[in-house]
Amino acid sequence: MAEIFSKLSMYFEYPFVRYALIAGTLIALCSSLLGVTLVLKRFSFIGDGLSHVAFGAMAIAAVANLTNQMLLVLPITIISAVILLAGGKNRKIKGDAAIAMISVGSLAFGYLIMNLFPTSSNVSGDVCTTLFGSTSILTLSKLDVWLCVVLSIVVVVVFCLFYNKIFAVTFDENFARATGTNASAYNLLIAVIIAVIIVLAMNLVGSLLISALVIFPALSAMRVFKNFRAVTICAAVFSVVCTMLGIIISILAGTPVGSTIVGIDVLGFFVFWAIGSLGTLRKA
Amino acid sequence: MALLKCEKLVLGYDKNIVVQNLNFEINGGDYLCIVGENGSGKSTLMKTFLNLQSALGGEIITGDGLKKNEIGYLPQQTVVQRDFPASVWEIVLSGNLSHSGLKPFYTKEDKKRARENLERMGITHLKNRCYRELSGGQQQRVLLARALCATKKLLLLDEPVSGLDPKVTNEMYSLIKELNTQGITIIMVSHDIAAAVKYASHILHIGNETFFGTKEEYLKSENGRLFALQDGGDE
Repeated sequence: MAEIFSKLSMYFEYPFVRYALIAGTLIALCSSLLGVTLVLKRFSFIGDGLSHVAFGAMAIAAVANLTNQMLLVLPITIISAVILLAGGKNRKIKGDAAIAMISVGSLAFGYLIMNLFPTSSNVSGDVCTTLFGSTSILTLSKLDVWLCVVLSIVVVVVFCLFYNKIFAVTFDENFARATGTNASAYNLLIAVIIAVIIVLAMNLVGSLLISALVIFPALSAMRVFKNFRAVTICAAVFSVVCTMLGIIISILAGTPVGSTIVGIDVLGFFVFWAIGSLGTLRKA
Repeated sequence: MALLKCEKLVLGYDKNIVVQNLNFEINGGDYLCIVGENGSGKSTLMKTFLNLQSALGGEIITGDGLKKNEIGYLPQQTVVQRDFPASVWEIVLSGNLSHSGLKPFYTKEDKKRARENLERMGITHLKNRCYRELSGGQQQRVLLARALCATKKLLLLDEPVSGLDPKVTNEMYSLIKELNTQGITIIMVSHDIAAAVKYASHILHIGNETFFGTKEEYLKSENGRLFALQDGGDE
């Protein structure tokens, strides 16, 4: 045990490890907040779809040799999110089909571009990094971390300020709309926030695994808790704890960061599921 | 001045006209039941009242200082709500959002109003329970309490008793009637013509032939006699 601690404290000497831990915790916090809303609105896959869009955008940014890829990736992802979430129910193509369409389309497009205009000799390595975030969390620059901190704070503050409205729009959009709440505006807000979170989270777990950060905390919390506030708080704590554990384990064991975090999330879900089932058994 | 007045209203969706030339008005304290066959446009009319959909023609005029955000609404249950983790208190409080504007948090008055409406619906003891674990009748009471937080004047009910057993159905109807006698105007969409005739003051029948009038007039009309006949036949 003492050996592990001394190893850890040695690692924490390195700034990139501290950066990874700070950024990872903040990203986990943000993604779990909106997870509850997305799961309940039947939009679990939105994270997946948008992350593929972000992947496509990233490929373009890489090819165009942009120094700060965020500048291109963020707007493109936000626009896609707005189209997907705020389009409403009156479209000809329904939500899940639209997500699938945009998601695979941009995935293919991104890979195609990366192959046609390779920026380095190791194309499959680049693709793998973008998809699974293998090392990018450990290579964050100071600027990346600051950007991450600022955006995370904005997301958390906006979420807290509009918490009651987000609850109302999620629980019963028609009622909210009928009684004069501007539901479309809040759907738009949710769409923009989720896009920001996804672009942030790409650094942490890569674009293929983002949905896990959005879904697992919410679903786990919903096994155990029965009201919206408790579920939201529990999801946030769950997400932060799992992500920190995941990062620390991956540093100690040398495993890929993204998949380790998601692995811990899956384990955590089963623990919560068991607790939830025990609770219902005791009642019955 | 009428609370709500429809003039030459044309309803439909995607350019399919469902109801033509609808004229009627509702005064404060009325209890209007909207009846008609499936697909006759009852729900469309409801959605138009609530601004969820715009009318294809004609207009709805609100009077008596009724503002758009002073309408309470009891919707039909949605799929999302069946596994939604929310406590009764959270749901009832959310009815207050209609008049809280951009304020981020609930005020003391909001909470007081929510408590009063819980009391009014007789569900104070359920305050901290989880909504999805309640019975159908209890869930309707919760949604009704929420609607009452949003309005003091006009309540729109969309099939409030669908899926409820006969005993709970009767309780629900008397609850609604009680609200009406306390001065809240009720507009209710219903399949249940027997109950409509029993409780409502006015009836709007839409379908091939549109009828609007008081309950007494309705019973004398062609449609009303037909239904009265059927109802008698059932018993």
